[in-house]
Formats: sequence, structure tokens, C-alpha cells
Amino acid sequence: MRQGFLSRVGTSLAPWALPVLLVVAWEIACNAGIVSQRVLPAPSQVAAAFWAAIWDGTLFEHVGISAQRALQGLMIGGGAGFFLGVLCGVLRPAEVLIDSSLQMLRNVPHLAMIPLVIIWFGIDEEAKVFLVAIGVMFPMYLNTYHGIRTVDKGLIEMAKVYGLGPFALFRRVILPGAMSSVMVGLRYALGIMWLTLIVAETISASSGIGYMTMNAREFLQTDVVVLGILIYALLGKLADVLTRALERRLLSWHPAYQVKGRTA
Amino acid sequence: MTLLPLSKPQGDDTATTMTETTDEPRRGGIGLPLRLDSVTRSFGSLKVLKGVTLDIPRGQFVAIVGRSGGGKTTILRLVAGLDLPTSGSVVIGGEVVCGLQPSVRLLFQDARLLPWQTVIGNVGVARGKDWKETARAALEDVGLAGRENDWPAVLSGGQRQRVALARALVSRPGVLLLDEPFGALDALTRLEMHKLTERLWQENRFTTILITHDVAEAVALADRVLVLREGHIALDIPIDLPRPRREHIDPKSAEIKARILKEV
Repeated sequence: MRQGFLSRVGTSLAPWALPVLLVVAWEIACNAGIVSQRVLPAPSQVAAAFWAAIWDGTLFEHVGISAQRALQGLMIGGGAGFFLGVLCGVLRPAEVLIDSSLQMLRNVPHLAMIPLVIIWFGIDEEAKVFLVAIGVMFPMYLNTYHGIRTVDKGLIEMAKVYGLGPFALFRRVILPGAMSSVMVGLRYALGIMWLTLIVAETISASSGIGYMTMNAREFLQTDVVVLGILIYALLGKLADVLTRALERRLLSWHPAYQVKGRTA
Repeated sequence: MTLLPLSKPQGDDTATTMTETTDEPRRGGIGLPLRLDSVTRSFGSLKVLKGVTLDIPRGQFVAIVGRSGGGKTTILRLVAGLDLPTSGSVVIGGEVVCGLQPSVRLLFQDARLLPWQTVIGNVGVARGKDWKETARAALEDVGLAGRENDWPAVLSGGQRQRVALARALVSRPGVLLLDEPFGALDALTRLEMHKLTERLWQENRFTTILITHDVAEAVALADRVLVLREGHIALDIPIDLPRPRREHIDPKSAEIKARILKEV
């Protein structure tokens, strides 16, 4: 029994073995002088920089402003993408009118618009939010549209025979049917959201994590640069965890998301 | 066990004096009479139905057999209002109908349950007043009491069709259409479903059309069997065997089956 417990703990810790080993090796390499501090700071230095940034409050300020930009952009762009996806998926005339234009725009890398965006909005908040919004709109649009288009036609026919009106049909058949695809779109959108924000904040900003790292570069504070990168990784992971939780909740009916031994 | 109490008291016989089912021992049926008036249906140059005229009195159980492509499913879709005749008319309850009817319910080959709704949510898919109680009563009637909160994914094929049957029953249909709903079930489950369907029909007396390619199934369940061949009714034969029918007891049933098979 004790053996079983130990092996279970071992299995759950195993995925962490490699990262921990890597960090230890990194620390040793830095302390032994094999790696120059100007190239890569020791993990202990990064931790110290983390600690200092927490104490003087700058970290929360930067993370807060970055998260705010990310969420605003996601809301606006994701909302627009979802709305257009629903519109084109449900209404044939809307599809004819809008879809081919969106497909054309989709192929323009949204980061190529940075010069134009700076001319339009300067380097204010709007520029970053706009870029994020444009970036997340297309994956949301494509996946919502695709999800709605691939809802089982038999279920739609059944709903009509059983007297569901257009609103009930959308709410109880089409939307839940498209939901797993919409969630895929959301996860793509989250990835693009962070990517866009990093680029936008690195190029032109006076606050945010991107600004923090670029500012640190000026003063050769490699520990802060590495800290910024790590924080991006953590925020990305956090967004992923939240999406998974949302998925589990919205798709609880799906056999792939069901907890064993629980049926409802 | 009856599905729902009729709002009419038992002693009220003024309403039933005009009905043709005076020998009906049970409560007055809610079945609607059905008529097809020289109905044709073409898809392009292909004539699937070539002038079908058919009169079904209220409460009759009709089975339509025939080869694939003979127009069986087309007839059903026309009666359900999922398709419109090229010429001719469909008359239900004395009225020429066009499009979906709230009094007509269809059971599909596959159960077509919404995977994201629980069993009770599927039965009460059209919602409406007191849908939970009505749905629960219907589930009890098909032998699935206690499974209200299960997901469709955990049900067997037979149970899924039972849920579909309950879903059709909650709206107290005047006409029930069965599009080979037992075709995919194993032999034992199929016999159970036959018994269940027969009992529910006897209790509720909806007019029933069963599409099947299984002649034995047709003879076991129906009052009347039609053979549909190349868009025509090739045979219209009453089955006046006593119910419940046991295959091996009645030699007459084998004789009827042979006659039908000759025409298919």
C-alpha cells in the first residue's frame, strides 16, 4: 500500500523532473562562470528580480495593464469574430456577402498592419487593443462559422419536426453543436492574443510587460528580460487552464469531457 | 398505464357519437384520419411517387414495405411536411396541409437525440408548459423512469429509441410516423420495441405509419400493409390477425407474408 502511494507520487512528479534538472544545471553553469551573466542570468537572479518587482509594485502594474489590453482586444475581436461566424453560418445571404471578403483579409498577417496602426492611433492604448482584436477575430470567425456549418443536419431536421422555433433552434441545437469548434477557435485566439501583445508592446509602449523587458534591455538587465519572458509563459498557461475549465463546463455532455463514474 | 389523462371526463359521449371507431373499447383516440390525393413527387426527371392515393382512417396502424428507392421515405417526409408534393395533396384531419404540422411526429432511423441535453431535456425538447412533468410521465411510459438525468451517450441503441419515442409522445400526436426506427437494433431489443410500440399505440390510438423493409415486422404490428413498388401502391392488404400476435401460432400470418413478399 505504501509502495502504491509512493509510486503514485512518483508518477505525478515525473513530468517536473526534467525542468527542475534543467534549472539546477543552469544555476550551476552560471555560478561556475561557464555562462556569462550578460548572456543569461542565473535562476536565482531571476527569482530575485521577480521578488524585487513584486515588492516595488511595478510587476503588478505591468501585468495588470498587459492583461487589460489582452482582454479588451479579445472581447472586441473575439466578439466580432463570433458574431460574424454566427451570422454567416446561419444566414445564407450574409455568407455570400461577407465570407469571401473575410477570407481575403484573413490572409494578411495582422502584424503587417503595425505601421498603419501607429499612423492611425499613435502609440496609445487603442493601437494595441486594435491589433489584438484584429488578430483574434479571424480564428474565432473561422471556427464559429465552421462549427455552425457542421452541426448535424439530422438534428436540425428533428428540431423542426418537433416544433422548435428559430430562436430555440439556435439556442438548443445550433449553438451547442458548434460549441466544441468555438472553443478551438478561442484557444487559437488566446495564443494569437499574447503573441500580438508581445510584439505591440515591444515596439511601442510606455507600460506593460513588453515595455518592461524592452526597458530592461536598455540597461542590460538580463534578469528582468528573462523574468518578462517567463511571465508571458505563465500568463499563456493560465489562459489555457481557464479555457480548459470553460470547455469542461460547456462540453460536460461530451463523452471526452466526462468524469468517470459521473453521468450528469 | 396511460400516458396522460384526457381532459374530457369518461362519461362524456356526445363528442364521440360522430367518430367511426364506435367499437373502440378504450377511451376516445386522438388519432387523425389521413388522406393522400393522387400525390406525385419528382426529383428532377426522376419520378419517385407516381400518383399515390391512400385513405387511412383515424387510429389505424399502417405499415409500408418495399425495396429501397421505392418511395417509402418520400411518402413519410411528405406526410411529415419536411417535403412538399409535386402535385396532389396531403390531407390530415380533414384539412389540406402544407409544411410541418404540430400534430404529426416522426421517429427517425437513428434516434437523433441532442447529445448536449440530458434524457429529460431531449424528451421535452420543445419545452412548453409543465414540460418536465409531461416528459417524466412519458419516460415512465416507455420504461425509462429514473434515467432522466443521464446523457444520451451512455444509453444503448434500444434505450435511445425509447427516448425518441417518449419525445414523440409528449406532444400527444395525432399521427405518428416511424421511419424504420428499429432497423439498427438487435433482434431481442427489436421485439421489445415492437411490444412497446404496440402497447403505446393501443393506449393512445394515434394514426401510425411504419416504414420497414422487414415484412415480418409489418405483419406483426400493422392493421394493414401496403407494398410500394416503383412509386405505386402494388398491394394493399388488411391484417386481421388477433393481437397480441405470436409468429408461430397463426398459420395465416405465413400466408400473408408470402403474398406480400411476392409483390415486393
